[in-house]
Amino acid sequence: MKLVIKDGIVIDGERFNEKADILIENGKIKGIEKRISLNDAISIDAKGKHVFPGFIDMHTHLRQPGFEEKETIKTGTHAAVAGGYTTVACMPNTNPVIDNEIVVEYIKSIAEKEGYCKVIPIGAMTKGMLGEEISEMAKLKDVGIVALSDDGFPIMNSGLMKRIMTYGNMYGLLMITHCEDKMLSGEGVMNNGIISTKIGLRGIPHEAEEVMLARNIILAKSTGAKLHVAHVSTKDSVELIRRAKADGVDITAEVTPHNLCLTEDMVDGFDTNTKAYPPLRTKEDVDALIEGLKDGTIDVIATDHAPHTKDDKKVPYEIAAFGISGIEIAFSVVYTYLVKNGLIAIDDLVKRMSIVPSKLLKLTHGFKIGNDADMTIVDLGKEYTVDVDNFKSKGKNSPFNGQKLYGVVEYTIVNGEIKFKNDGNYRVSNV
Amino acid sequence: MIGKDVLGIREMSKEDLLEILDTAGEMKKILVGNKDSDILRGKTVVTIFFEPSTRTRLSFEMAAKYLGAHFGNIETKTSSVVKGESLIDTVRTIEKMKADVIVVRHNMSGAPHLMAKYLDASVINAGDGLNEHPTQALLDLMTIREKKGFFDGLKVVIVGDIVHSRVARSNIWGLQKLGAEVRLVGPATLLPKTFEKLGAKVYYDIDKAVDGVDVVMGLRIQLERQKNGLFPSKDEFSKYFGITEERMGLAKKDAILMHPGPINRNVELTSKAANATYSVIEEQVTNGVAVRMALLKILCERRKSNEISY
Ligand SMILES: [Zn+2]
Repeated sequence: MKLVIKDGIVIDGERFNEKADILIENGKIKGIEKRISLNDAISIDAKGKHVFPGFIDMHTHLRQPGFEEKETIKTGTHAAVAGGYTTVACMPNTNPVIDNEIVVEYIKSIAEKEGYCKVIPIGAMTKGMLGEEISEMAKLKDVGIVALSDDGFPIMNSGLMKRIMTYGNMYGLLMITHCEDKMLSGEGVMNNGIISTKIGLRGIPHEAEEVMLARNIILAKSTGAKLHVAHVSTKDSVELIRRAKADGVDITAEVTPHNLCLTEDMVDGFDTNTKAYPPLRTKEDVDALIEGLKDGTIDVIATDHAPHTKDDKKVPYEIAAFGISGIEIAFSVVYTYLVKNGLIAIDDLVKRMSIVPSKLLKLTHGFKIGNDADMTIVDLGKEYTVDVDNFKSKGKNSPFNGQKLYGVVEYTIVNGEIKFKNDGNYRVSNV
Repeated sequence: MIGKDVLGIREMSKEDLLEILDTAGEMKKILVGNKDSDILRGKTVVTIFFEPSTRTRLSFEMAAKYLGAHFGNIETKTSSVVKGESLIDTVRTIEKMKADVIVVRHNMSGAPHLMAKYLDASVINAGDGLNEHPTQALLDLMTIREKKGFFDGLKVVIVGDIVHSRVARSNIWGLQKLGAEVRLVGPATLLPKTFEKLGAKVYYDIDKAVDGVDVVMGLRIQLERQKNGLFPSKDEFSKYFGITEERMGLAKKDAILMHPGPINRNVELTSKAANATYSVIEEQVTNGVAVRMALLKILCERRKSNEISY
């Protein structure tokens, strides 16, 4: 089967930023040229639209196995393609935990049968994510794991963390770390500061993140491990990473769209959809995160897509589940808040949502002849109002509900197949 | 204007506060008179306390009964809610019993706000987590107005565990709205600097804090905070932050001493201070009933005028 994408503005954040046609044959990219005319090909008219390499999310929670009421591989990947993603890396906090080859194979097989996009499981650092014994990392690597994380359950024991890094580094595995000193975050449920003082919710101080990050940087430096910092949220964290990079530490970092665009002010009013870890921080933190993104201190935008049921959120703030369902609007959130406001360039955004994560996950990706035809077509001029009831994800927990955003995903193509096509009214209100 | 619910002082205007205080003054006449009124006849008030507090609950019960309302009380453990039985479901059940006003005490900030969103009945916050305790603040304000007659320029110091105190938060909002100056004093582990951003003055030296004030307000300290390392001992707390006769001497000559109770004697206040003539602690209790009568009256009247049906 041949498919031609015609007249789109092709941007990959690296080599392309021009109007071109793309020819796809047998699931691969066959040609990118000024004009491609074939009689025997199906064509998509992308005139006035942008064509990007498919987005890659290196931080997604698909919840299957174990928490299918929150999300499944099917619904999670459906949400992913609706957001323009062609690959997602899923976190191991499933039940059972992704700490052995069988769970990895299970997820891969379900993804192959029911999934809309490619799924790459992330292995647990410790058995059962219990923070006690290191997982069988070599075996995990043999079934295709390229990264490890105990996301959400920071390794409090520094000796154990050093062993994880030392052992994992033999196999070049990426260490994705959720930096949180549990003793400092305590019973906190939102950022510690003026709003928490005002409304009487216990605060999570920024130091909870920074203390653990500093430790991990020190251990990465001594072990040589590849450290990837999940969901950076504070000003001083950005500075710590900046200095570590200058110091030669093998470190990369990601930021979520919500930490990049929203502040703690939204928590006033107790909307549990604003509850996430790390919490929404201050304007000062947000500015520093954007600065970090601009100067390359922060490498990746990842969603930390964390779907929860309505019941998990329809409770008092203190006991509501942490997390935001964000994968299907991630691109338009960042596009609307940052690109449209002139804070970052569109090709930089594409790079951080597509090319850089592909490199960290060791994928061949992007607009090269012979690569898998994974791409997404977006209409940047189109506006829509977020309506969580239209989410493909089971998780309707979004603080962006009701907001107007720009950048509508029109098509998502995975291995040359159209896996998502905007039907014209999906999530789009009057333009 | 006060809406369907009374969730916090922060949401109220100066006019709201004065309306409540004026109404509470009228209610006090009933309270010290024959305690018999039919203002709330045919209305039903239910208290639901997820956290025990006999005093506050009883105060609401008296308020409802003196005004001729039907009254019911439900005591429940928060744990059942935590386990997944939804708070909203629990409260909807009560609403089905035709309650007009539901008074709720919950150990989590924002719980009454959540309930109010889903209920047709009026919700009164009787204390939520660390957030607010509006009826306590209103009775404090009523007591201050009775004793001082005005708020503008009045200096009030609140002493003790500020960060964990919903009473302190509600009073900070209320006093500032009415024009008083609020000072806060306590150990730094119980009083973060961020409180300055709420417009209050933060002190770590009680002698300086009480200097020249009109009102000294002690707060109850929870002794288990010591175990969490927030202060080293009862002795050290009372020595450096306790309200004594001597310290009351630093305040204005006609200063009054308040405390929401129950008192840990000789920790937050010395017995001597608590029993002194400047102590208005017992009047606070009486005013508590008057203020709650006022809120029930105002909310029920509002319901009638809005023809809220259920
Ligand atoms: Zn996560």
